[in-house]
Amino acid sequence: MSAKHRELGLTDAEFELIVEKLGREPNDVELAMFSLLWSEHCAYKHSRKLLRRLPTEGERVVMGPGENAGAVDVGGGYAVAFKVESHNHPSAVEPFQGAATGVGGILRDVFALGARPIAILDSLRFGELDSLRSRHLLDGAVRGIGHYGNSIGVPTVGGEICFEAPYEHNCLVNAMCVGLAKQEEMVRAAAAGVGNAVVLMGASTGRDGIGGASVLASAELGDGDEAKRPTVQIGDPFEESKLLECCLELLAKGLLVSLQDLGAAGLTSSASEMASAGGVGIEIDVARVPLREPGMEPFEIMVSESQERMLAVVEPAKVDAVLAVCEKWQTGGAAVGTITEDGTVRVLREGETVGEMPVEALVDGCPLYDLAPEEPAGWIYGNRATLGPDASPAETLPALLASPSVASKRWAFEQYDSIVGSRTARRPESAGAAVLAIPETGNAIAVSIDGNGRRVACDPHAGTVEAVLECAQNLACVGAEPLGLTNCLNFGNPEKPAPAWQLDRAVSGLAEACEALGVPVVGGNVSLYNEGPEGPVYPTPVVGMVGELPDPTQTAPSAFAREGDAIALLGPFEPSLAGSELAKLRGELDKGLPEPDVPAVAAACAAIREAVRAGKVVSAHDVSDGGLACALAEAAIGAGLGCRVDLQHLRERGCTPQEALFGEGTGGFLLSGDRAALESLATEDVAVLYLGEVGGESIEIAAGDQSLTVPLTAAEAAWRSLGERVERGA
Amino acid sequence: MIWGVLQFPGSCDERDALHACLLAGGEARLVWHEERDLGGLDAIVVPGGFSYGDYLRAGAIARFSPAMEAVAEFAAAGGPVLGICNGFQVLCEAGLLPGALLRNENLRFVCRQVELIAAFGGPETPKSCDRPGESLSIPVKHGEGRYWAPEEMLDEIEARGQVAFRYAPGQNPNGSARDVAGVRNEAGNVLGLMPHPEHAVDELTGSTDGLKIFEGMR
Repeated sequence: MSAKHRELGLTDAEFELIVEKLGREPNDVELAMFSLLWSEHCAYKHSRKLLRRLPTEGERVVMGPGENAGAVDVGGGYAVAFKVESHNHPSAVEPFQGAATGVGGILRDVFALGARPIAILDSLRFGELDSLRSRHLLDGAVRGIGHYGNSIGVPTVGGEICFEAPYEHNCLVNAMCVGLAKQEEMVRAAAAGVGNAVVLMGASTGRDGIGGASVLASAELGDGDEAKRPTVQIGDPFEESKLLECCLELLAKGLLVSLQDLGAAGLTSSASEMASAGGVGIEIDVARVPLREPGMEPFEIMVSESQERMLAVVEPAKVDAVLAVCEKWQTGGAAVGTITEDGTVRVLREGETVGEMPVEALVDGCPLYDLAPEEPAGWIYGNRATLGPDASPAETLPALLASPSVASKRWAFEQYDSIVGSRTARRPESAGAAVLAIPETGNAIAVSIDGNGRRVACDPHAGTVEAVLECAQNLACVGAEPLGLTNCLNFGNPEKPAPAWQLDRAVSGLAEACEALGVPVVGGNVSLYNEGPEGPVYPTPVVGMVGELPDPTQTAPSAFAREGDAIALLGPFEPSLAGSELAKLRGELDKGLPEPDVPAVAAACAAIREAVRAGKVVSAHDVSDGGLACALAEAAIGAGLGCRVDLQHLRERGCTPQEALFGEGTGGFLLSGDRAALESLATEDVAVLYLGEVGGESIEIAAGDQSLTVPLTAAEAAWRSLGERVERGA
Repeated sequence: MIWGVLQFPGSCDERDALHACLLAGGEARLVWHEERDLGGLDAIVVPGGFSYGDYLRAGAIARFSPAMEAVAEFAAAGGPVLGICNGFQVLCEAGLLPGALLRNENLRFVCRQVELIAAFGGPETPKSCDRPGESLSIPVKHGEGRYWAPEEMLDEIEARGQVAFRYAPGQNPNGSARDVAGVRNEAGNVLGLMPHPEHAVDELTGSTDGLKIFEGMR
């Protein structure tokens, strides 16, 4: 047995299984195709069994997991499609193109359903800012996202950026797209109709990205990453904008039977997955594929990850009409194959068979593995103190505000067009979530993306439940009710015991939180092997949620608005320093996190949602990184107005002054407005604590012997320091 | 009144401009880049975006399209033309406006709400912006928006009252010479600006100051 299969990432046992299924040894074309479809990235070998725990059904679900993206009903015959996907490994090697093509890929997943993309959001994680590598990756990724999203004219309306040492070697770049479609114009991916034509549209096929899925995305990164550079794909947003218009026109005219985008593993995965979903066979003649360079081998053509391509199934009588629309939009179009009835993926070159495999073997034949999870005994990620133990509260608050994970991300989001399309009612940093008007239906949607690595490392179950709640809280702040969720699970090597345990506990947390909130999972992505020589990344589930709200003019900003307004805290907030930003700065991170009270947080979300819709609050800000003191500071800075508050009522819940100031956890909503209106929100299930008033030029917080006063100007300088640190070197 | 909004492969803000035209009053339609017939149109808008992917230089290819050839004739005959962002770049490339747009000083794309000062006055000025010194809140979003011309040309442009808008003090987002945000041609019927007035026509999504610029074209 040659070792070729091992070079391509297949184990000996997997190779033997392929031989058994084919009844013979695979040739080079077949081996290449199997190695890709049976890679972790494409086959989800270690996660598929776990993902079966997730709730995927709901009244409003129009498309669930298994399609190019998920979709929910937003009324008026319209649906909102959305999904999040990772592009971690390519971005760690070449951040500009890695992030750009991550955006390109997720856009295609959404318009493959027939939905016009209307928003992009990104969740990014890098090592600490004092590392040149991390500044380089951050800069490249932000420029790449801006380049692609801005050029194609889809607004980037939200996101998050986080900096932690465990991401130093393996950054995380998760891109989410939201699209709008008329339900009657949506299309599924399943191929159908024996004898129908298979048409390849978009850019020509070249040698870029070959082996990206098996070589890059399914293995740890180590030395010799430069040698992996050819496996990073190159994006062209102009090409994609033409392809997008072409596809939407084809769907509006009813010219396509089905549509699938080409992503990881290129033609191999698209063709095979379309055939599998439709229970048919498929034949592709590589000689008919428009090529970017001469002399490409059949296996190269089948595994190329050249960007900006889509595969469609078309009735033979409509092929000419389809090609004419491609011509109008100046994008490529070629009939490259046929749908057959023999359940086989057949690759031809000028009519001669060069590869032949059963669809079932390729797509579903891959073995699924059980994890061998083992909880680590202690905290496996180390600690690094940057704040002395004798720092006063007045020194601690600016240190937290300046901490790159907490600080304003304006340096980044000003590089993104957040307004094209004229739907953006809440721009980045102005409210808990992005809000997009849907004039077609008269209502609006809100979108948020929230992940958590460090807190999930403290307790994967509790931390993941928190990530889901955080997202729901952000939507509540703009009056939105969650309709569906997408998730990206970014973890280390699942063949090792600790990451396996993290993944197993996190998926349980995700399933339970979604079940308890009644929010179905409509799609998502798993990225494993995010691990370098120093160990795995923090276990990082990233959650994207879409919610609906009836009136886009009734949302609340995060910042205070008026001098004299009352300030209050609503919800079951019980702050703890476990897993907090302060614990990180002090070098005191350890295992353990309080388990959130999901029903109590859900009740608080419902109360906030109703209050915001009814115009009863002037501002609403979810308490998260850095705790209540940071939330107060952020609301004050946004207003250009100080505040005077006393945390006595919060301390009466049984927390220390430090915990009241800087402790973290779910269930905290910081509100401002008319005192009577805020206090009227209290019920048996929902507590409201009066804290103080908006006014003055300082942030004054009374908290026993930990009271602090920080001038607003100093707080703002700290919170807005990220850009300078990135440009000049932290 | 019938507005025509050009549409190139890669245009992004043409539908936003179309909507703004309708709000300003009248009918509006898209003009595909291959069309030469501008018959019946009373005003032309060249919109923002990344026409032809900004290949070669922003606006460098769009200026050769059949539609732009027709716009050049339309402008020579005195028809009103408004170029926004990429549209401004196209008009400069076509020689219908003086100067050029270079990469932003900090070499990064910038999307931000800015204050503009309407910098002109006089009988040929658009009606709604004829109060020199009036301040407008309009967003910018561009990577190549730094206005530049040789010093002597800038002196001439200023002397002839061709500077239409300047960024308010401290608001220049890209290093434009003399804080120039928008210019007119000598005859006064062609106006180009980097900020996006079509994204300032609805309180829900921002300010409504941009409507004044469209109304001034009527």
